[in-house]
Amino acid sequence: MAEALAPITSSPRAPYRRWLSRGFQYLVLTALAFIVLGPILTAVLGGLKTTGELFAEPFGLPTIPRWENYTDIITGELFWRQLLNSAIIVTGTVSLTLMTSALLAFVFSRLVFTGRELLFNFFTLGLLFPVTIAFLPVFIQVRQIGLIDSYFGVILPLVAFGIPGSTLILRGFFRAIPSELEDAAYIDGCSTLGFFWYVLLPLARPALGAIVVLQTIVSWNEYFLPLLILTDDSKWPLTLGIMQFQGQYGTDWGRVMAFVSLLLVPAVLFYILTQKYIVTGLTGGELKG
Amino acid sequence: MASRSTPRFRFTQRERPEASERPRTRTEQLLTIGLFVLPGAVIYTMFLVFPIVQASYFSLHDWNGLGPVTDYVGLGNFERAFQHNVFLDSVIHSLTIMSLSLAIQLPLAIMLAIMVGRKLPGRMIYRSIFFMPYVFSEVVTAIIWLFVYNPGGGMLNTVLSSIFPGYVPQGWLANREIALLAVFFVITWKYFGLHMILYMAGLQSINSEVEESARIDGANELQVLRYITLPLLAPTIRLSVYLSVLGSLNQFVLVWVLTAGGPANATQVMASYMYRFGIKSFNLGYGSAVAVVIFVISLIFSIGYQRTIMRRDYAGSV
Repeated sequence: MAEALAPITSSPRAPYRRWLSRGFQYLVLTALAFIVLGPILTAVLGGLKTTGELFAEPFGLPTIPRWENYTDIITGELFWRQLLNSAIIVTGTVSLTLMTSALLAFVFSRLVFTGRELLFNFFTLGLLFPVTIAFLPVFIQVRQIGLIDSYFGVILPLVAFGIPGSTLILRGFFRAIPSELEDAAYIDGCSTLGFFWYVLLPLARPALGAIVVLQTIVSWNEYFLPLLILTDDSKWPLTLGIMQFQGQYGTDWGRVMAFVSLLLVPAVLFYILTQKYIVTGLTGGELKG
Repeated sequence: MASRSTPRFRFTQRERPEASERPRTRTEQLLTIGLFVLPGAVIYTMFLVFPIVQASYFSLHDWNGLGPVTDYVGLGNFERAFQHNVFLDSVIHSLTIMSLSLAIQLPLAIMLAIMVGRKLPGRMIYRSIFFMPYVFSEVVTAIIWLFVYNPGGGMLNTVLSSIFPGYVPQGWLANREIALLAVFFVITWKYFGLHMILYMAGLQSINSEVEESARIDGANELQVLRYITLPLLAPTIRLSVYLSVLGSLNQFVLVWVLTAGGPANATQVMASYMYRFGIKSFNLGYGSAVAVVIFVISLIFSIGYQRTIMRRDYAGSV
């Protein structure tokens, strides 16, 4: 059908006009790609330059690569401690968010009881209050219950603010799993918990992957909560570390760019590996990788 | 269900006694629901709901955050906020970022989704590049752009002076007139890919035969776009507008690292104002009042938008 139509539809347009529009498309897209990639490449190359070189020729290759910009950072103890702190915050946030929101999404997609929609709305209300604007009330609460300077003071609020979105995404995926499977599991003597654990979770693996990846990005990138809550700088994650570093070496842009690259390159690799999950999570599985 | 075969029937018969030993009673079901909801409910209530409710209580007090909360001032904090020019300006700046996002970022995202979303060879590469900044932390993004905008030998000044000979280097973030635009550019750089992805997903659900048939009927590309593609994309556009408005009202970290609200409060947005005049100046009562104002603005917009504009999509997409 589609093949039969193709010649009819393309014939009214002269071939040179198609080439022209293709060419124009590539021109616009490539120009934009340069705007996106330019600052990233400059940062990564800049890590090997002196500030003078960086200012004079932002895109050029360094004449003599200044590897010490990098080695000074990665031979120091501080960088690794901050990396570990970031890892602790990410692991705690991701595992707790995954656990709590999977249980919630199960209740809201598979169990029937009065007041279910009301309760669900209560949990999604949190979508209106992202942590970027709620940090002041959260800070007061964390201080009241004595979690200042504790990793949990950062992790638990991040989980709380991750629950609404994660529950919403997982609920959509859980609902899409046919109810015949549920009936079959119960007939075979499965308990509610058994169905959840042995049937639903394995089937929803792409959605769970999406939650893991999205929450990893959020908690890895979080800046203000740790700033307010962790006063002891030995507990600081890399986002605070890089700000501290930038404050220290502000004018030595080569060094700052080396630190930036140490965060940027893993982020790009992570992005390339997990792009599929990110897109699944953000579009509810509609956009195929 | 209707066509039960004999063996299956026998199987259920045999299992019956055991099944009745394990009755799914009301109490048992409620217990399951309770246990499943509990962990999420505790964390969510303690660290999201309660702080926000508590903020509305603190907002009625003058409180430096250290002693007991005793100094009741009624709506005094709100009056003070609405009489403070810097706060009013910060609201205007947030609204400016919002309007610019709607006017520039979203059309750009739609255009790119249409360009990349069709059968263009190499589209995956472009899509990956455009979406990439979304995963970067705001701190790292802001530091890179501090270099790009650097008044001395920043990348932008170097590039512009190599293109235009008599160009005078600019302090992009130091100039009151353009600082907000410079910040907005960074926001767009980081987030247009997200909206592009949403539109690409929307486009994929449109049946391209509808567009084909319009072309056969003699519609040109612009007409197909205007009368077929965009109307069919409407649910995605409504979602993207919603996310964009809320996202703009919540901008904070990028702004703070790039300019700290300066120069002379020219880029102060609502959230950075709350940080600067609430936490940094030990005015947690006042800061709570500002938080409440931001929440109310988000809430009114959200409920209004969902009740009126997104109502039609509610059943399907959310």
